[in-house]
Amino acid sequence: MATQAADTPLEAENPDAVVVRFAGDSGDGMQLTGGQFTLSTALAGNDLATFPDFPAEIRAPQGTLFGVSAFQINFGSRQINTAGDAPDVLVAMNPAALKVNLAALKPGGLIIADTGEFTKRNLDKAKYESNPLEDGSLAKYDVLAFDISALTIEAVKPFGLGNKDALRSKNMWTLGLALWMFDRPREPLHEWLRAKFKTKPDIANANIAALDAGHAYGETAELSGPLKQVHVAPVASAPGLYRTITGAEAVSLGLVAGAQLAELPMFFGGYPITPASAILHHLTRLKEFGVTTFQAEDEIAAVCAAIGASYAGQLGVTSSSGPGIALKTEAIGLGIMTELPLVIVNSQRGGPSTGLPTKTEQSDLYQAVYGRNGDAPMPVIAARSPSDAFDCAIEACRIAVQYMTPVMLLTDGYIANAAEPWKVPDPASYEKFPVEFLTERNDGDRLLPYKRDVKGARPWIKPGTPGLLHRIGGIEKHELTGNIDYSPDNHQRMTDARKAKVEGIAVPDQDVALGESTGKLAVVGWGSTYGPIHQAVGRARRKGLDVSHIHVRHIWPLPANLGALLKGFDKILLPEMNTGQFKTVLRDQFLVDAEPLTKTSGQPFQIAELEEAIDKYFDDIPGNEGGEVPANEQQLPVSESGHDDGSYPDAPFHGDDAALPGEGSDTGAVNQ
Amino acid sequence: MNAPVKIETTLKDWETDQEVRWCPGCGDYAILKAVQRTLPQLGADPANTVFISGIGCSSRFPYYMESYGFHTIHGRAPAVATGVKLANPDLDIWLVTGDGDGLSIGGNHLMHVLRRNVNMQIMLFNNEIYGLTKGQYSPTSREGTKSPSTPLGSYDHPARPAAFALGSGARFVGRGFDVSKNLPDVLKAAHAHQGAAFIEIFQNCIVYNKDVFNDFAAPKGAEDRQLWLENGEPMLFAGGARGIALDRDRLELKVVDVVDGDWQAAEVLVHDVTNRSIAHMLIEMPFGPFPMALGVLYDDPRPTFETAVIEERAKASEGKTADLAKLLGKGQTWTVSGTAADPV
Repeated sequence: MATQAADTPLEAENPDAVVVRFAGDSGDGMQLTGGQFTLSTALAGNDLATFPDFPAEIRAPQGTLFGVSAFQINFGSRQINTAGDAPDVLVAMNPAALKVNLAALKPGGLIIADTGEFTKRNLDKAKYESNPLEDGSLAKYDVLAFDISALTIEAVKPFGLGNKDALRSKNMWTLGLALWMFDRPREPLHEWLRAKFKTKPDIANANIAALDAGHAYGETAELSGPLKQVHVAPVASAPGLYRTITGAEAVSLGLVAGAQLAELPMFFGGYPITPASAILHHLTRLKEFGVTTFQAEDEIAAVCAAIGASYAGQLGVTSSSGPGIALKTEAIGLGIMTELPLVIVNSQRGGPSTGLPTKTEQSDLYQAVYGRNGDAPMPVIAARSPSDAFDCAIEACRIAVQYMTPVMLLTDGYIANAAEPWKVPDPASYEKFPVEFLTERNDGDRLLPYKRDVKGARPWIKPGTPGLLHRIGGIEKHELTGNIDYSPDNHQRMTDARKAKVEGIAVPDQDVALGESTGKLAVVGWGSTYGPIHQAVGRARRKGLDVSHIHVRHIWPLPANLGALLKGFDKILLPEMNTGQFKTVLRDQFLVDAEPLTKTSGQPFQIAELEEAIDKYFDDIPGNEGGEVPANEQQLPVSESGHDDGSYPDAPFHGDDAALPGEGSDTGAVNQ
Repeated sequence: MNAPVKIETTLKDWETDQEVRWCPGCGDYAILKAVQRTLPQLGADPANTVFISGIGCSSRFPYYMESYGFHTIHGRAPAVATGVKLANPDLDIWLVTGDGDGLSIGGNHLMHVLRRNVNMQIMLFNNEIYGLTKGQYSPTSREGTKSPSTPLGSYDHPARPAAFALGSGARFVGRGFDVSKNLPDVLKAAHAHQGAAFIEIFQNCIVYNKDVFNDFAAPKGAEDRQLWLENGEPMLFAGGARGIALDRDRLELKVVDVVDGDWQAAEVLVHDVTNRSIAHMLIEMPFGPFPMALGVLYDDPRPTFETAVIEERAKASEGKTADLAKLLGKGQTWTVSGTAADPV
């Protein structure tokens, strides 16, 4: 094996961060391997970020390039904000996995490959003309190739499984090796397997045997090959209780918390759509928190039922992704017109139309801010990371009930599926915002359903309340009585009132995430670009560049101080995973020359490409700032197809025993 | 769900201060009065009653009822009503829709509210035309209907609301027409039914589809053309001179003559509201050779959707407490003290 002098953390005594990518066939259980490795890593005290990336097909044909499923994790002894640019280690369970992922691997990086799968047939399927493990084409990497398949079969032999069943433990063998490599304890995995296969002790033991064999193999192989143990020290974290959390989990928990803080039961109307379904799956298991979930006949019914529930006095919530949000749009207008609370979660994905169901994008910002008929203002909040989605969901609930308005919470496919450590908050530390329904007439002897409070909100009146009979609807109504009123002056006043209410929402002042509040360059972001921007700005600042990071949570209304803050910088760079949508909003609202840096490859920004874009501002190269980032080969694998509305069959669902991945195709690879 | 308390009201108590704005002579006026007359007889509580509608002439209905009301968007009233009912099952919900609202743009929602069996009364005003948008043909318009959008006559085959409802799984299907004195009885039976109760109400659009139901609805000769069904009673019409029997060879209904009132000899069927097969046949009877079947065609309750939702929620919550702090810290966690991490 040729080993170049390369800058990989594996060479270092105690690297501060390592990026590992597990890649295999969608039947190989890579998501489960990654998910369990993530837990072990979290338990070891590293900070981490993950990126599951899997095909849109439920069961793609075995061994094909478009059937490759990958899970990347970046972990370290310092703060980690992204899943990492290029992996240091690539675990390739078959030729297709190697082919799809090799371009991303760092030069000098380590490839761990299962020779048992590098058969003529599999090489053909992966469109390899010769075996890359043998033809010298991998010379610039370290390669550790051995027959994981045979070793697994050998390890589970005592349990009397057939070869086909035995091979399903391959991912556990691989996980065992990875645990050894990064010096992680096996016990939590043993416990997890025993619990998962409580009724099938043989299967549990076979998987444990495979895991242990992989671990033991590492110890032996260390003596002879490029494999060596790497120690990544724990990160210095604030003391407290931690867990890992995905964005979908955080949104669900945040909604439950929000409903509790509002002292309301929650009604969630949903319709299956990638990548938003996980929220429905999660909430339906939380009935003891006063949560009612309703899988409706379509997206429209899901939002309409939520509006109906809000009308009847519960906190109505609905969730979807871009195409589903498009369908809900008319009903959202009804919510705005009737001034009822409603939380709409949009887990954005690549668009337009069906677009890229399993890939991430931030291209629904126009839809969120502007995308309705009529003047229909609606607050919009964007979460920047999986754990941030918890606070954002609470904030969305607060605004919805305090201002009697629909609120849209934007996340995206990356946030929904990625996991990160989360310091478990104390619910008591959040300020309650209990709802008070109107119980008596509010204008002497009269009821005025549209009489506004100081916030501009109308009263919330539950049907069933004696003495407060009234009618509401989507048709323009009198500014006080709510009766039908098309008169010109009334419509002018109602339009103004709806606008003023939303624009008057109390939004915290914008802070600076990193750097000074004035200077040469501000990199402004929103949503899931937080991680890469933060890291890139951090690196640039360490090089002495005068650059700051501003990350906007409140997309609409914008923080009152944001305009002045932006004007304190000579230049504004706005990276976003669309063609420049937030840029348009900032230019429109503040007349600032925000320069776009756009990317729509379905993959998150890399730190390196942002760093490069920042550097150009300090190069004195004219006309070289900003622009479009080309799709980067060093990205995670892009599946070759995605012909229909795919799903995440194997999204990891940490922390919920009942919801551990076990039904999807990828996860079938745990012996059961 | 609590047993509803009977409240004493009069027709006047159900009238709002809003000016009713249907065209003079519109069948909707008669339906409005029939509903306002029926509710006091039911002992309904205005504060507990919610009228929910979509879009169209019929959907203005809630504004004229002194109760709670929600005028929603086109076709979506069943979905909104489902959310209202799940959030507060004690509310008594009346859904108002039309042939365009309920069977065209909102056909999907109507199907699902029926098959789920959400407890509410669904009144579909069928005037076989789009009235509010000025007279285009609708999904129930008969073939050959000339309208602004079909100047040469329509060629779609019309949908049959009652057949659609039964086919969607409705457990109650009733039929009446705007000016019929029997309409309140159908409404009362629908209200008594626990579950989604579907009532097709033929309604005369005086401007765009005038008198289209006169063949059976006109008072003159009504006896010969209307079959009013009553549970446990023989299916007789034409003053008892004719009845409906089963053609056992073809498994179809047939009209038979009844001689000297001996309907048994003529094998006239006795109406059993729980007989789904006969209900299908009654709904499908072609008007002309047969009379129009009216009244309660089918009524066979089964558990409602909201009851199942409530029971499941109660069962799933059994022995669990809503401890948010515990929920947040669920799963595999670890504690950090200083810089060292220990699994817990």
